Amino acid sequence: MTLDPEQTSFLFGRLTLGALPLHEPILVATFAAVALGGLAVMAALTYFKLWGYLWREWITSVDHKRIGIMYIILALIMLLRGFSDAIMMRLQQAIAFNGSDGYLPPHHYDQIFTAHGVIMIFFVAMPLVTGLMNLVVPLQIGARDVAFPFLNNFSFWMTTGGAVLVMMSLFVGEFAQTGWLAYAPLSGSQFSPGVGVDYYIWALQVAGVGTLLSGVNLLATIVKMRAPGMTLMKMPVFTWTALCTNALIVASFPVLTGVLALLTLDRYVGTNFFTNELGGNPMMYVNLIWIWGHPEVYILILPAFGVFSEVVATFCRKRLFGYTSMVYATVVITILSYIVWLHHFFTMGSGASVNAFFGITTMIISIPTGAKIFNWLFTMYRGRIRFEVPMLWTIGFMLTFVVGGMTGVMLAVPPADFQFHNTLFLIAHFHNVIIGGVVFGMFAGIVYWFPKAFGFKLDPFWGKMSFWFWLVGFWVAFMPLYILGLMGVTRRLSRFEDPSLQIWFVIAAFGAVLIAFGILFFIVQLVVSFMRREQLRDLTGDPWDGRTLEWSTSSPAPAYNFAFTPVVHDHDAWWDMKKRGHERPVQGFHPIHMPKATGAGAILSALCVAFGFAMIWHIWWLAAATFAMTILATIVHTFNYNRDFYIPAAEVAQTEGGRTRQLAGE
Amino acid sequence: MQAAHDAPRGEKPVFYVTDGHEHVHSGDSTALGFWVYLMSDCLIFAVLFATYGVLGRNFAAGPTPADLFDLPLVAINTAMLLFSSITYGFAMLAMEKGKQSSVLLWLGITGLFGAAFIGIELYEFSHLIHLGATPQRSAFLSSFFALVGTHGLHVTVGIIWLITLMVQVRRRGLGAENRRRLMCLSMFWHFLDVIWIGVFSFVYLMGVLQ
Repeated sequence: MTLDPEQTSFLFGRLTLGALPLHEPILVATFAAVALGGLAVMAALTYFKLWGYLWREWITSVDHKRIGIMYIILALIMLLRGFSDAIMMRLQQAIAFNGSDGYLPPHHYDQIFTAHGVIMIFFVAMPLVTGLMNLVVPLQIGARDVAFPFLNNFSFWMTTGGAVLVMMSLFVGEFAQTGWLAYAPLSGSQFSPGVGVDYYIWALQVAGVGTLLSGVNLLATIVKMRAPGMTLMKMPVFTWTALCTNALIVASFPVLTGVLALLTLDRYVGTNFFTNELGGNPMMYVNLIWIWGHPEVYILILPAFGVFSEVVATFCRKRLFGYTSMVYATVVITILSYIVWLHHFFTMGSGASVNAFFGITTMIISIPTGAKIFNWLFTMYRGRIRFEVPMLWTIGFMLTFVVGGMTGVMLAVPPADFQFHNTLFLIAHFHNVIIGGVVFGMFAGIVYWFPKAFGFKLDPFWGKMSFWFWLVGFWVAFMPLYILGLMGVTRRLSRFEDPSLQIWFVIAAFGAVLIAFGILFFIVQLVVSFMRREQLRDLTGDPWDGRTLEWSTSSPAPAYNFAFTPVVHDHDAWWDMKKRGHERPVQGFHPIHMPKATGAGAILSALCVAFGFAMIWHIWWLAAATFAMTILATIVHTFNYNRDFYIPAAEVAQTEGGRTRQLAGE
Repeated sequence: MQAAHDAPRGEKPVFYVTDGHEHVHSGDSTALGFWVYLMSDCLIFAVLFATYGVLGRNFAAGPTPADLFDLPLVAINTAMLLFSSITYGFAMLAMEKGKQSSVLLWLGITGLFGAAFIGIELYEFSHLIHLGATPQRSAFLSSFFALVGTHGLHVTVGIIWLITLMVQVRRRGLGAENRRRLMCLSMFWHFLDVIWIGVFSFVYLMGVLQ
């Protein structure tokens, strides 16, 4: 679609009816399906009179557990979108041979691979990680909530706001056709004059505010709010990885904000940061975006490592092997992740010395990572392993991730990288570590902590089905890409000349179909578990015989998490309490100080989305108005001093009394 | 592990805090949280400084720092900001003594110095643009305007925040919440001062020396 920059009106900027993709049948059908689905959901909410409940108990909630759940729901919805993009690409590449153009025109194909990358990283992997940290970290450290509960709600809605902008681009206008990092100068106004890159920029800026603030929030939570006795070296490993991840978020997302702001200036004001003219330097963009981008992949993988550490120790009924080395490995990875960014573009031509430095630092990262793999293996060694679903994901991860790690070391060798650069080998590598590491880890975490969030376990049969289809599907889908990459096939191509390559793409497409079943069975698992929830009910609060504090409270945990703050003596605090015969206090409850729910986060986020939309379409009056309203709403919010309340002791006593009866089996 | 051995055999250690004393209060983490936020903001400036460092000599046959910068004017501007930091410090001292009207007076003076700084900066920018040294002219000017402009934007936000806080102090006095807010703005204001010292030395002084 081409947008004539001259055609702008005061009222609608450059937004015209032509921006609606009425001539693209795929999009019209998608829109119809989404609209019908949306209408059905809204009708159901109205019919069951759930709007008030939704607003009071979820949208305005500052409860870290609910916010964590909402993050994960957002991620799962966006996973469906991101995966649709993936399977469309696999289908296109499987059929676009022997003179066939496939079924996707290039400008549409280019939007799909860009949207796939952006959605999977920013709106699937990030919300999964943030959601799981939100749900689990306060419970693991024995806290009642995060340090800044309102900020937490606001962060979630900003992330959702970014996702809304990306979804809007599907039906109003277009998305970027630049690849997920929008390299300049391609993403500049000269080569991408449409709204696609603007959607990209504003979606990421809005979501980025949320991510950054949630990083600050969880960092402060972990540093300041641990239960008495929980020194740093007694923190559960998942909390350790969350601490490092949030330190990485705080120290890298501002770089993304900064570089996107400069790109915005190039596009909107006509400055020359990343242009080819008047002294601009596109490689500055590539450097800056990867200074954010490389820590980003560790932001995603570290919490997954944390999940595996919890799962391995729990399901092998053993203390984690090498706790201290695990912590140090995590910290070393955190630091090293900052000095490897240039390995993404050895071909820039910065010379042998620079490339050698970054190649070596990259290879060094495999040492602490390898140490972690050995720690998990040694934890399993002579353990009493229970092959529950989270443990299956963990073993699948170890087998898969090691291959991804080794191809990563291959890519880290600069002379070899000149051959692999931008080939499907690279694509296979990073899907190998992101699916085999982050996605498997998040699924392990979701299955593991699901009973804590909802009070019943997930159905193991469908969980195992989902696992096996994902695992086999992953290998079938991505091993052909390694082979194609070694043969020199570059990424992001929408059609091919050499018919001998087709078979590999057909195999890869078949693998993607297997993964589709993996996703389908995950959804089936949720539905079946909900229907069988009475059989799967967790009455003890400790369904897996867990080791850390989140299992010491009821499932689902009460709003205040712990009636009495636990005192920690060991890094497996709950295991220690069970072994030494703790007694749960059943009287002497006190009123509990809690934060109040507020709608300010959702309102501010809606204003930011409107502002982003106005900026994308150059509707300046709306941009000015929503910007002013955002500032005003923020100021008005600061005048609200009435932000907390006490849960009366009687109510706590009643809730805890119910749990006492539950534990006694009444 | 150590604690497990420390507990005398047969005697159970304390596993719950039962005295009803809340160990963590909301607001305890604000200073740390805000400090962490400031460090993240510092990284945005780091990006802008780095960009200026890389692109700052790409004049594209256009004007150079020596042609453009008027050091005496920038010196006055720097003085405005430094004075505003001192007066904010006086406001905080008055807050410690609980003198509300004195706090408001010093905050007002701080705001005026801040406004003067912004005024002079806007004058400088309009002068440069009048000379044809626009942000679009060269990568040097793009990165100059981005760095100095972002700092100016921060000071503007600081002034809006300061006015809001003055209203809140007038309405609700110097309670714990307002003291916490004054402390956060104080960190923000001094942080901008530190950044400006970087801008002044790195951009203006070294620019004219070249």
